[in-house]
Amino acid sequence: MASIWHIIVTSTPQIVAAGLKYTIPIAIISFIIGLILAVLTALTKLSPRRGWFSIVKAIAYFYVWLFRSTPLLVQLFIVYFGLPYLKVKGLWPNGIQLDPWTAGIATFSLNTGAYCAETIRASILSIPQGQWEAAYSIGMTKPQVLRHIILPQAARVSLPPLSNSFISLVKDTSLAASITIIEMFEVSQQIAAENYQPLIMYALVAALYAVLCSILSWLQGYLEKRTSRYISPIN
Amino acid sequence: MIKFEHVNKTFGEHPALIDINTEFKEHQTTVIVGPSGSGKSTLLRSLNLLERPESGHYQFNDLTVDFAKPLSNKTILTLRRKTGMVFQGYNLFPHLTVVKNVMEGPIQVLKQSATDAKKAALELLDKVGLADKADAYPSQLSGGQQQRVAIARSLAMNPEYILLDEPTSALDPELEAGVLRVLLELAQEKDSMIIVTHNLEFARAVADKILFVENGKILFDGTPAEFFKQPTQRISDFLAAMTFTTISDKANQ
Repeated sequence: MASIWHIIVTSTPQIVAAGLKYTIPIAIISFIIGLILAVLTALTKLSPRRGWFSIVKAIAYFYVWLFRSTPLLVQLFIVYFGLPYLKVKGLWPNGIQLDPWTAGIATFSLNTGAYCAETIRASILSIPQGQWEAAYSIGMTKPQVLRHIILPQAARVSLPPLSNSFISLVKDTSLAASITIIEMFEVSQQIAAENYQPLIMYALVAALYAVLCSILSWLQGYLEKRTSRYISPIN
Repeated sequence: MIKFEHVNKTFGEHPALIDINTEFKEHQTTVIVGPSGSGKSTLLRSLNLLERPESGHYQFNDLTVDFAKPLSNKTILTLRRKTGMVFQGYNLFPHLTVVKNVMEGPIQVLKQSATDAKKAALELLDKVGLADKADAYPSQLSGGQQQRVAIARSLAMNPEYILLDEPTSALDPELEAGVLRVLLELAQEKDSMIIVTHNLEFARAVADKILFVENGKILFDGTPAEFFKQPTQRISDFLAAMTFTTISDKANQ
């Protein structure tokens, strides 16, 4: 049994280091980019504008449909292994060659952005019409209403489902192992290949993901409490 | 002065306003009464363009709007800045404290400094009797208090007209009184107000003019003295249906 303990003690620092270097930065950067994409996509889908804007709307609908309808692993493969073969004369004569880090962040951002767009769209729709009317009636413009009245309230509503998306994203970064990124899961695979202890290694990495996600769940609870200060408690 | 000429508005097949012609003078309180679904709220909400009539002319002092033509954003914003609105459901911004609710318009729309806006907001809250609630959130207030904050919020924009859409319909009688006191005070200060209400006692007390609206048409446009003389059978019926004392009188007979 001492050997299990030894394996855990020697492997954990390596896996945690990979987490700090790849898993966490990839998740955070992808989520921030994804959120920006999501807000823009949600606002585009909600916009009543017609004319040339219909094309932008169509793109937004297509984007959300595409990324929610195909597996994330396949998306990673297309971006990393597939795009180098997208050779367009003049534009990309050698195809689009992305390093693993860029390909990973691009794919994770687009994927989480598609899901979060729906979350944010629903949150905006959940804010009562009266809030728009009250803000309009004091003379605010639509961008002002969105920025100061609607989005702050929508942010509170969307916090739990967005936390879901972020926690999913953290775990999904394990798929980056397949495009040669040496994140937590890849490191545990490499160690397992050396010490022939796949059960211990994969259980260990699972536990480390669980620790990471538990911290995020706690953070979600903290943020929910902070952003709900203005809501009266339910008796 | 506000003037509506031949204003029409439909919701799908249903005509909500039919050939509305009327005037709202400055420094007067106009009360709009009528049965539910008569179009009185639609009329009020057309004044700050929360509803958009399809035809007719709207004159707001020297600004004239032809509803049949597309409205520029600038016109809409100008008209909304010059009118304040108080809603039946208060519609305070729940994520902002009471004082910030009142400051939001002056800061975002009038570009006042936070210091100036706060000073003015605190004065207005004092006026509606809620100076001590400045840092509370709307959810911590009673309905009547929330409505008084909403009145302060609309006054903060220094509007030329204040529009009130059934401001006390959601309130218990004892909370209603506090709101009505504030409105009575505004009427006495000769603010220009247009109020949709079911409270006929209040209408009688504050109105300089009464509009009786039914099925999208103005059936009466005159002074409260004339109105309460019940010039038509329809008005008599309406007043009878609205007044509990009449019902109890009949029950005692």
